[in-house]
Amino acid sequence: MSTVIPHPTASTATEATQARIEGYNFAYLDEQTKRMIRRAILKAVAVPGYQVPFGSREMPLPYGWGTGGIQVTAAVIGPDDTLKVIDQGADDTTNAVNIRRFFAKTAGVATTDRTVDASIIQTRHRIPETPLTEDQILVYQVPIPEPLRQLEPRESETRKMHALEEYGVMHVSLYEDIAKFGRITRSYNYPVRVNGRYVMAPSPIPKFDNPKMDRMPALQLFGAGREKRIYAVPPYTEVKSLDFEDHPFEVETWEENCALCGAGDSYLDEVIVDDQGTKMYVCSDSDYCRERREAGHVGDGGPNSGGPQ
Amino acid sequence: MYVAVKGGDQAIENSQKLLAEERRGDPRVPELTLAQIREQMSLAVDRVMTEGSLYDPELAALAIKQARGDLVEAIFLLRAYRTTLPRFGIGEPIDTAAMAVRRRISATYKDLPGGQLLGASFDYTHRLLDFALAAGDERPVAEIAPEGVEPGMPHVADILNHEGLIEAEEPDADDAPVFDLTRESPRYPADRAARLQNLARGDEGWLLGLGYSTQRGYGNNHPFAGEIRVGEVAVEFAPEELGFPIEIGEITVTECQMVNQFKGSANVPPQFTRGYGLTFGHCERKAMAMALVDRALRADEFAEPIEAPAQDEEFVMAHSDNVEASGFVQHLKLPHYVDFQAELVTVRALRRKAGLAVDGPDSAVPDAAE
Repeated sequence: MSTVIPHPTASTATEATQARIEGYNFAYLDEQTKRMIRRAILKAVAVPGYQVPFGSREMPLPYGWGTGGIQVTAAVIGPDDTLKVIDQGADDTTNAVNIRRFFAKTAGVATTDRTVDASIIQTRHRIPETPLTEDQILVYQVPIPEPLRQLEPRESETRKMHALEEYGVMHVSLYEDIAKFGRITRSYNYPVRVNGRYVMAPSPIPKFDNPKMDRMPALQLFGAGREKRIYAVPPYTEVKSLDFEDHPFEVETWEENCALCGAGDSYLDEVIVDDQGTKMYVCSDSDYCRERREAGHVGDGGPNSGGPQ
Repeated sequence: MYVAVKGGDQAIENSQKLLAEERRGDPRVPELTLAQIREQMSLAVDRVMTEGSLYDPELAALAIKQARGDLVEAIFLLRAYRTTLPRFGIGEPIDTAAMAVRRRISATYKDLPGGQLLGASFDYTHRLLDFALAAGDERPVAEIAPEGVEPGMPHVADILNHEGLIEAEEPDADDAPVFDLTRESPRYPADRAARLQNLARGDEGWLLGLGYSTQRGYGNNHPFAGEIRVGEVAVEFAPEELGFPIEIGEITVTECQMVNQFKGSANVPPQFTRGYGLTFGHCERKAMAMALVDRALRADEFAEPIEAPAQDEEFVMAHSDNVEASGFVQHLKLPHYVDFQAELVTVRALRRKAGLAVDGPDSAVPDAAE
């Protein structure tokens, strides 16, 4: 019996520029609002890791579904840009499809699945495996911008803690993990310190992706629409995952390789292929996987496959 | 065997077609018109206008139709439209004392200038399902009173103010900038204008629950319904080139002034205090709940202990907006399998450390409680 799971197959090259809908400004937001957001972005770039409050607008997509990232993208995108949108690393997850459709409709820009062809990449929960360049901007969708939120729910308190660089509670929380479980148990949204100053939420990317943020050549912008905050990591800025000397930061590893492309260095999704709980592992980054397969790499096809495909 | 599919685009398109079909329901039943919704579902329209922060009964009716009667979804639609509208300026404050009143009741005086005016209300109906209405019964037309309502209906709070029994309401200077919740991000502590804007847009159910909690002892402040009034007020705007205000329209609003007990403190003599609620249209429950919560949030001003949820400004304001709340609660529907995979790796490692088998048939599909 075949198992059908969503995963892109053949390549989708840069799609032709689509016709823009009438009646709305380029990229939906009016120019005044874009200027306001750009000012917030400039401040965020000037103070890496600091959460800049901004007058977040109500978007025609729900809060919590990428409205912050969408507003940031709308503020930085131009007619010549090529946009890639991913969710969980893949271009074809429904929310990524929907946001790409939104920009194709309101900005008429070219869209692509290929990481290397994109000038702006909007993402939820992943950083592409292919290293990004100085010519690219990575826009993160952020649900909770405040890294201290789970430890202190009050904004009035956390703002003070950031101002005073009072990050003791965070270290205590990580230490309590070690005392209780023998290791730090945070597996995603793993806190980082930016440029030696602000503790920052990297958004719910798996900690596997944290090292990619460090000294990344691309500009990293973070938008939290519902919480009305923008923050940034400028190119080549130090981003350090919090840890202890005797418990250094480490990332997830798998014993398996990708069943499709054989990659042993990428973040893997676990797919249940039958009702016995049999698992196979495939790349979460669908573009990376496709590129490898096109280059002739082959995985073992996963369980019940009768060998490499 | 693994078969790759790529269907996000098509699936979304199909889903939206199906949604439109379900919205329409049985095509043999006549389609709702916006006029029907506006006229016969007017309290739904009023709620959508209030929490959608846009006074437009026609568009609110469209939103309700499009949202299949889901009012929170309709509020979202109206808000998203509102964001795209240009701003011409800031209107003059509305004068509710000059309201053309349809209904006005006070629980603090048996009779008062302007009188008690019951108006149209569910209050004293017997909640018996009206089977005649199901059959499409024609209702009798209400008779017109032989004489009109007394012109000029002073606020109960102003009557109390003659004796200095209630705290004075000090308006801000005319040229003081008005905080705009829809253009600026909230800062805590917030001023009362920001709080009232937040409560006016806030979810009726949220405010109702919080207001109710104050009555049951969580931040009690002994309220009396000083006055509730519903009616039409003029909206005035002073264009720069004219230099004086002109009337640009009329809106229906519901206003509630709660009169709350207060014993006084070292600096303030004993006097009553106020809680205020205001909505578009006729939203009495919301206006009353809003007034209770407004007063509860003023605890700091009167040096009252802040112990209850309804008194906690950041807690109340940060969670009152149903467009925000609905979006974030429902975003849990989005795929989270990357983070879930990260949790699987961690939980398996912890179980391995605890000496538990991780590859046995029983542990192959871990508990998805997270």
